[in-house]
Amino acid sequence: MIVHSIFFYIFSIIAIFSAIMVTVSRNTVHSVFFLILDFISISCLFIMIGAEFIGMIMLIVYVGAVAVLFLFVVMMLNVSQQKNEWLSGEKNSNHIPIGLLISALIFFELIIVAGGWKYKPELLGSFNSMGIDLTTTNTHQIGNVLYTDYIHLFQLSGMILLVAMVGAIVLTFRKREGIKRQGYFRQISRERKDGVELIDVKSKKGVKIDV
Amino acid sequence: MFDIGLGHYLILGATIFTIGVVGIFLNRKNIIVILMSIELILLAVNINLVSFSIYLNDLSGQIFTLFILTVAAAEAAIGLAIIVVYFRNSGTIKVQEIDKLKG
Repeated sequence: MIVHSIFFYIFSIIAIFSAIMVTVSRNTVHSVFFLILDFISISCLFIMIGAEFIGMIMLIVYVGAVAVLFLFVVMMLNVSQQKNEWLSGEKNSNHIPIGLLISALIFFELIIVAGGWKYKPELLGSFNSMGIDLTTTNTHQIGNVLYTDYIHLFQLSGMILLVAMVGAIVLTFRKREGIKRQGYFRQISRERKDGVELIDVKSKKGVKIDV
Repeated sequence: MFDIGLGHYLILGATIFTIGVVGIFLNRKNIIVILMSIELILLAVNINLVSFSIYLNDLSGQIFTLFILTVAAAEAAIGLAIIVVYFRNSGTIKVQEIDKLKG
């Protein structure tokens, strides 16, 4: 129990520290690295708490796909001129204290909600839950539920991914001038009378073919 | 202190959520960092869902975490594509200089 709590504190302190560093780091590449560290420590927490499948999927999806996507974009754009300088803008406008105030209010509201959950412990037993069966593994249970009760949501999330992929491709697609490109429609809709012309060539006269 | 309960995870989620909100509010320069702050906020929501799922002995929180992961990945892809297109058109991604919508 002691070891578990020590590990919880280590991972959560690393997570909070790296979350702060994501927002305040001056270099955007460093921000992406701290984002990766944050995802890894949170997924360690998930694995510790008993949600192994979610932890591993978070490693794969966030660290393997999303963070690498961020790195690609940061390196594609000219990041050396885009330093992240918050709190040190040239003209110190008044949105910084208001932003801090509203963030502190949000934090205290969330803390109050978490505390209220503690003050009313009879809420814990008042749910008719699906239940977590401790005899099978976490992945097995999720598979049992995900492909039966939640199959429509599952397929809908697949549709979301498809639409996102098509949208990203359509957004970043660029027609360049001056390069040779295969025109499928012209190629297929071409007919014989467009391409072939029969010319009766007189003997010893030659033929003139500029159209 | 040494008995880790639901409250610890909720406070961790609240802290990371607030850090993400601060990152959105106070960012002056770079719009990619705003996207990363949105990812942090979604991560905090995932922490809350998974910890409730474990401590309430209910599996549906983890299922919803999976869907949130899907939506977060799609949102990151679309957002980064929009940023790339914007950078190609206007040559900057500084937050202060993105004022085309103001007219």
